[in-house]
Amino acid sequence: MKLESSEFDWVIEAGRTERHYWMDLWRYRELFYFLAWRDILVRYKQTVIGIAWALIRPVLAMLVLTVVFGKLARLPSGDFPYPILVFCGLLPWQFFSSSLSESSNSLIANSNLISKVYFPRLVVPASAVITSLVDFLIASGFLAMLMMWYRFVPDWRTVTLPLFITITFVAAIGPGMWLAALNVKYRDFRYVVPFLVQFGLYFSPVGFSSSVVPDSWRLIYYLNPMAGVIDGFRWAILGPPAAIFLPGFCISMVMIILLAVTGVWYFRSTERAFADVI
Amino acid sequence: MSTEVVILAENLGKRYFLTHRRGGRSQYTALRDVIADGVRNFFSAWLFSKDRSRRTDKEEFWALREVYLEVKKGEVIGIIGRNGAGKSTLLKILSRITEPTTGRVGLKGRVASLLEVGTGFHPELTGHENIFLNGAILGMTQAETRKKFDEIVAFAEIEKFLDTPVKHYSSGMYMRLAFAVAAHLEPEILVIDEVLAVGDAAFQKKCLGKMGDVAKEGRTVLFVSHNMAAVTQLCRNAIHLQNGRVVDSGPAANVVNRYLALGQSDAATVDLRDFPTRTGSGTVRFEWGEMRGSEGEARRDFSIGEDVIIAFRFQAGPGFHERQVRLAIQLRTSDGISLCNMADMDSDFAIKDFCGAETISVRLPDVRLYPDTYYLSLWVGSITNIDVYDWVRDCLSFAIVGGGQLTTRMLPRSAGLLFWTPTWTRLPAASSASTARSFQVPTP
Repeated sequence: MKLESSEFDWVIEAGRTERHYWMDLWRYRELFYFLAWRDILVRYKQTVIGIAWALIRPVLAMLVLTVVFGKLARLPSGDFPYPILVFCGLLPWQFFSSSLSESSNSLIANSNLISKVYFPRLVVPASAVITSLVDFLIASGFLAMLMMWYRFVPDWRTVTLPLFITITFVAAIGPGMWLAALNVKYRDFRYVVPFLVQFGLYFSPVGFSSSVVPDSWRLIYYLNPMAGVIDGFRWAILGPPAAIFLPGFCISMVMIILLAVTGVWYFRSTERAFADVI
Repeated sequence: MSTEVVILAENLGKRYFLTHRRGGRSQYTALRDVIADGVRNFFSAWLFSKDRSRRTDKEEFWALREVYLEVKKGEVIGIIGRNGAGKSTLLKILSRITEPTTGRVGLKGRVASLLEVGTGFHPELTGHENIFLNGAILGMTQAETRKKFDEIVAFAEIEKFLDTPVKHYSSGMYMRLAFAVAAHLEPEILVIDEVLAVGDAAFQKKCLGKMGDVAKEGRTVLFVSHNMAAVTQLCRNAIHLQNGRVVDSGPAANVVNRYLALGQSDAATVDLRDFPTRTGSGTVRFEWGEMRGSEGEARRDFSIGEDVIIAFRFQAGPGFHERQVRLAIQLRTSDGISLCNMADMDSDFAIKDFCGAETISVRLPDVRLYPDTYYLSLWVGSITNIDVYDWVRDCLSFAIVGGGQLTTRMLPRSAGLLFWTPTWTRLPAASSASTARSFQVPTP
């Protein structure tokens, strides 16, 4: 009997897995949801203070950054209380950094699944980001309380927040894909991630306002995708005086899209060998 | 069984590259090494352009080669072969985990693979949560899992422990749950690798029954196992893979018999290094076994009343530091009756200073079995009997061919198993009368 591809639902052939990929991705959306649900459940299950972990980290970071940049270095904060300025930057930054670490590690952490069961591998790093999103939402609650404490009233711009959250999501998933795929191939990439995250905190306008960056460096500064994102968050939450530097913002957006597109591309092109090398 | 073909493989091949690392540091590539090698190669190519041969430290290895396969709807097909013969690679390609290097496969219907029981279970989650998670991993929708939920729980017999994290489950419960989820999937093609190697006898029986039912429902099953009894029982047809190629196919019973005949060759000496039917952790492994006559010569045909010597060697893998190991030999008849289980401790023998490898000789004096072929299994485990390091089943065999010096009469196996020559005594007339009388006296 000769193999006629029209008679079969699937034809497996070297380099032919592409055809069903995006369809499969949709079919496996429940797995995406379940993996995210599992990570969230497990994350808070055997911890003494559970959900509070999601608060302790950003709050402590906020205190340290406020003291260092606000009190010791006396950097300008515009008209805002320094803790709020810092926390508006910390929110997207922590979301970004934990998404990056989670997703870059996700394939290795699920290696038994990858070598034993078929599913579109994109599901794994993507669902890992969801855990960080939950932490982000919890921490956002704290920001609301902080703003009430300082009697700070946000305006209509708050409505645009979901847009900026989506942008952060995309910003995290691009490098996340790169690092996840590279991590499978080169095991020492796992040491690169904490390094990136640690330095990124100081390169991004988290502890200070982006207005302190000298004008001559500004455009280059915005090559850091998180610079644009954090500006966007400050603009949406704090309002007028925290303006978005538009050319810079655009550069950041281009970087985000570039990283996301190449990330997905690189991931897709190495994905088929994951089961063989993991 | 219909004539509709649901799996058709043409010229299937899978190539891997084995890299021989100079330092042998780790099995994974590290960026550090890639950069270091790149720099080294760059300079060596530049400075000493002759020395390019060093780069070819990659070796090609075909895990699967020129495999043609045609499976019809509702067929249960067994795949047998030694470790490393390419069975798992074939299943991985069919379940789309990895891509073939050459050839192509056509599949009709959804494929669900059960490559290892419990894949995707999370120890922190409860049984209830894990059922849904595992269902999703195996490609079931939430609605499908919910519909099958009660059936799964009933099959696994874990009703009471549904809300307990699975890390507190016994290994038996864990396996039952994992198998139950997978067995209640409803794919058109089910791919199973070595599930029956786990669980107790009763559960294995239940699994076999369930798989039989799956096949009766008209679903196609591909079944890889080292359990030849299960293959013959479940599968109509089987294929035998060897070094990545199909070397035999046809009705399961025939293929299995021919396969077993290869392993249990008539040779007195058997290489056990990759003998197929074995279980255990593998931290200690049998290397070879040999049947010997009383003079130490290798042979496997004996007469009744001769001494039979079993010699074997076993070796510990790296990282094994136990000083004590326990040995046992199981003997069975050709029709499967377990005759005896000889443990070293019963003969006051013990290895207390094991250091890596050992060759042992076991003499069975005056073996008085009826003519037949007898099979031996070798077992090595921990001193506590808890850990089984290696258990090679039916790896050695010997034949009792006749009465030898003890008797020349016909000894059909149907008449007996043990050739006993008891002491027959004719009692004197007087004492026989008194014995007979004592039988007649009723006890008060």
